[in-house]
Amino acid sequence: MKDGIAVFVKYDCPTCLMVVPVLEKIQKTVEMKVFVQDYPEKFPSLMVDDDRELADSYDYNIEIVPTIVRIENGAEIERSVGWERSSWERISQTKALGNALPSIRPGCGSLSVEVGIAERLAIKSGEVKFSSRKITLGSLEDDIELCFEKSWTDGLPVVPPTEERVYRMLKGTGRKGDEILGMMPPNNIACTVEKVAVNAVLAGCKAEYFPVVLGAVEAVLEPAFCLHGLIATTWFSGPMVIVNGKIRKTIGMNWKGNVLGQGNRANATIGRALQLTVRNVGGGKPREVDQSTFGSPLKFGFCFAEDESTPWTTLAEDRGFNRDKSTVTLFSADGPIGCVDQNSRDPDSLIKSIAGSLKIVNHVGLANASDAVVVIGPEHGRVFDEAGWTKEQAVEALHQATKMSEVSDLKMTTLAAKLDDSKARQSKSMINKFRKNGLTLIRAGGDAGLFSAIIPGWLMKGETGTEPITKEI
Amino acid sequence: MQSLLDPTGEIEPVIRSPIAKPDTLEGKTLGLLDISKAKGDIFLDRLEELFSDRGVKVRRYKKPTFAKPAPLKLIQEITKEVDIVVEGLAD
Repeated sequence: MKDGIAVFVKYDCPTCLMVVPVLEKIQKTVEMKVFVQDYPEKFPSLMVDDDRELADSYDYNIEIVPTIVRIENGAEIERSVGWERSSWERISQTKALGNALPSIRPGCGSLSVEVGIAERLAIKSGEVKFSSRKITLGSLEDDIELCFEKSWTDGLPVVPPTEERVYRMLKGTGRKGDEILGMMPPNNIACTVEKVAVNAVLAGCKAEYFPVVLGAVEAVLEPAFCLHGLIATTWFSGPMVIVNGKIRKTIGMNWKGNVLGQGNRANATIGRALQLTVRNVGGGKPREVDQSTFGSPLKFGFCFAEDESTPWTTLAEDRGFNRDKSTVTLFSADGPIGCVDQNSRDPDSLIKSIAGSLKIVNHVGLANASDAVVVIGPEHGRVFDEAGWTKEQAVEALHQATKMSEVSDLKMTTLAAKLDDSKARQSKSMINKFRKNGLTLIRAGGDAGLFSAIIPGWLMKGETGTEPITKEI
Repeated sequence: MQSLLDPTGEIEPVIRSPIAKPDTLEGKTLGLLDISKAKGDIFLDRLEELFSDRGVKVRRYKKPTFAKPAPLKLIQEITKEVDIVVEGLAD
């Protein structure tokens, strides 16, 4: 429109209906377009434009109906929202408008800003562009089944990644969609923020989780994490995501009861988004490059938050970040092993107990294989806290208590032979079960239960395998 | 009509046909690559014996760890120095 008045209305708005006589009067003398957002046929006394597609409302950035806009030489001069007699008289340059009406009355929300519509309009207008290719469905094709057929899923249904959903996901970050986070193994494909967003949609994430997903993806792409090997290994492991800091509360994560289990959307979908990104962008699929003999249920996605309400330092602090920062820390991880001790009331006794359970990970006769994360539950944690034990003390005590005899008899080359107690007793030297920094203690879990959870990881670690990685969100 | 965005790396499957097998081993250099998996060396030692008996020149290579892709330098060395490679892949 070059010159004149534009008015935006909808039938489902009492104020819009109230001003119909006013619009009739203006339209007699002034060049005016009336854009109707819902039912154009309900305004028979007016010349109206059909804006059910909401394209004009979007172009004019309409938030409230009625809105009256004055345009001169294609540029907006003035607008007024709702009904206000003096503004309408000035903008339309028409006197004595709606004398029977109240002088002012607020309007209603514009359909163009309703949930979901704004996204659709932004995409339709070409304002938002994606570089991922579009796959168009037949009119009767089931979108969720198509995702299965395309092999985009982990075996469970996924949320179909429509442009609107991906656009909403990208709004969860200030980062540009075409930013490359790194090369995703095993196929070494450039992994963009947009590709991660598509996979976060598949996984069922909310946009507010997206920064955590991006942090997790960046962490696994660090060469020291050795994702390629972790995907390919015959061992059980997959990536485990532990979240620290304020973001845990902001997005409603779980660090209490059933912390390692199902039921919390953020915990469940962030871990899944990471695994789907690995699968779809990098091509790391089970029984292809992923050669795991058994796999593990946690390979659907494994993510949880730490309980930071204890006297111990947090995982993020231990890894050099301030408490006011939010972080993700990535480990390789197998399924958790439960450790029950309902009798120990002092730290020494409890350490002995947990150490006994730690000695069996990977194989009871094997030292210096995987690292392990021990999740100390609240009731076990209380035993340490009441005695004033720091985390450092507990870690050191666990290293001491997990030492095992080194069997130097060269004939005992098999692990089974190392289990021979009489030979082990003859051994004088002791070795560490876990490498230095190979034991990580964190706090989480439900209030009841004198338990802790041991989470071992990939047998290959350090220089020749994986290292834990922390990223600030 | 509904459309979805492709979540994949969008690589078309590249169909690669194996290179032609050598007609003869005469005058060729053979590389034996140990990926550092258990007992790979025993297997490759025996192969070295068998090939050497037949007068084939053999060179040995070793990856620092089976868990990571071979370092670029090692790949370049092998490409430069030998005509054929045999790799000990598993335990």
